[in-house]
Amino acid sequence: MLHLELLIQGLIHGSMYAVIAVGLTLVYGLLRILHVAHAGLFALGGYLGLLITNTTTSLPLGMMGSAIIVGGCGMLIYRLCYQPILDRPPYVALIASIGLFIAMEEIFRLVFGPYGLTYSNPPLQSQVTLMGIHLRAAEIGMVISALLLLGMLSYLSQHTRIGIAWRATVDDPDIAKSFGIDTIKVRYLNFFIGSALAAIAGVFISLLSNLVEPTMGGVPSYKALAIIVLGGLGNVTGTLIASLLLGVVEAFGTIYIGSFLDRDAIAFAFLIVILMIRPQGLFAGK
Amino acid sequence: MGIYEISLATVVGINVILALGLNMISGFCGQISLGHAAFYGIGAYTAALLAKTGVPIWLTIAAGMISAGVAGLVVGLASLRVRHDFLAITTMGVGFLFLGIVRQQELLGGELGISGIPSAGLGKIGYLVVVLVIALLSAAFSLWIKRSWMGFAFDAVADDEDTARGLTVDVGAYKLAAFAMGTAMAGVAGGLYTFFARFLMPDDFGFITSITVLSMVAVGGIGSVFGVIAATIILTLMPEFFRFISDYKLLVYGTLLFAVMRFAPEGLAGFTRGLLARIREKQPAGETTE
Repeated sequence: MLHLELLIQGLIHGSMYAVIAVGLTLVYGLLRILHVAHAGLFALGGYLGLLITNTTTSLPLGMMGSAIIVGGCGMLIYRLCYQPILDRPPYVALIASIGLFIAMEEIFRLVFGPYGLTYSNPPLQSQVTLMGIHLRAAEIGMVISALLLLGMLSYLSQHTRIGIAWRATVDDPDIAKSFGIDTIKVRYLNFFIGSALAAIAGVFISLLSNLVEPTMGGVPSYKALAIIVLGGLGNVTGTLIASLLLGVVEAFGTIYIGSFLDRDAIAFAFLIVILMIRPQGLFAGK
Repeated sequence: MGIYEISLATVVGINVILALGLNMISGFCGQISLGHAAFYGIGAYTAALLAKTGVPIWLTIAAGMISAGVAGLVVGLASLRVRHDFLAITTMGVGFLFLGIVRQQELLGGELGISGIPSAGLGKIGYLVVVLVIALLSAAFSLWIKRSWMGFAFDAVADDEDTARGLTVDVGAYKLAAFAMGTAMAGVAGGLYTFFARFLMPDDFGFITSITVLSMVAVGGIGSVFGVIAATIILTLMPEFFRFISDYKLLVYGTLLFAVMRFAPEGLAGFTRGLLARIREKQPAGETTE
């Protein structure tokens, strides 16, 4: 029974990692940039979701509002931060992104206080029992929305003109341009979707612990970075599988080697071991 | 010079050694390391643990240097198989791994760290002198490496690995050398920190520290020895001179990192170079440049 419970917990966390990591891998696939500031957008999503929900007492409004605003912020970050430095060596964008993330964390701390905010009336806290395992509605909601969102994303990329334009741009921007695809629009869309997803993930995570605090972006996003490497940079399906895998490895790892290594280190230990065996990640090659 | 200024100067010296180490890895050889603090920590913890069992101070620092260098070799071996973006995340992972292990092991002090570290017995000023001497040696070492044939090889590897390989530059060996030397320097800095602070906490060697050191290298101009030294001094002293910003210290760091990368990716060194070039251009014709 314990094993099943661990598995379910692992998959739940994994599905949340997936929603965060997909945004990251989308950016990498398109621009070859490690968008560390994504972590800041995740936290921003949590904050906005909480604030909107608290003022309007409507969680759906909070989630949507947060997703749209954060999506917009993501596009702004692309325009102001990344676009001007695309022709520089890759470490420039990486370090700029890190600087941006740290600045964002600090702004959250200074504006909203270091101890974080809570929901005045936390939604989705009811307990549900599934196959003998106790779960909270928020956790189930998380998994369902992850499936929905990623399913929609997959449909979008396979069956709509926008999706095809996006995949073409990722594959070969020059040829895509010569076919008349507006690569700039594709980039904006890319950042909007990735950031909106991060925001939704942020809201769900905040529901689970009824807390948003300035540093909440850090750890999930560091893990997300490890995930996209594992999944094959730019490979959405690979990222999805790697996320679930990591969630499960973490759940079991914490129990079995938790005395040796703390929880967050397990993710990286896993990453390093895998990279040593397969340096290109688990699912390289799109 | 009061006790406070002496302590500050000591910290500057330690940071210079640390930053020059990272400069060797990331600057000279183009390998982006986001986990430099781990090697700092390995040096510090090694020195601390050995010192508590009675080993003479300077031996423990040497041990710290060696253990950090060996760890660097191991991580360097990882860098042989992966590149740029992967490496950045892998080194970040190494950083978290180090923290994760140290936090969980009571032997290594656990969450509370190591305390009761013996003093070096030199007094504050004596210790400061030693630190500054080692910092100067590190700078000299960095410059020497940079201007030697090894430095040329490092440049080649940083610029274009595949071409370098084609020119029979043993890319792997140079990457390893850069990593080992840079991390050994971090180990020395760690050992020196141990006897300065005489109290180690895991958080002193976390991701934020890695980023702080990286910002010193980036703001100085990745690869430039003088630039990095200047940036380290400025960034270490800045919060002290502007007391009112101590609460905003991290915000300033982050914004600075972002702004430098966005507007002047070559850092102080590049900026100075540009300035000097423009000054020289303004010299009347007939005068030789330089």
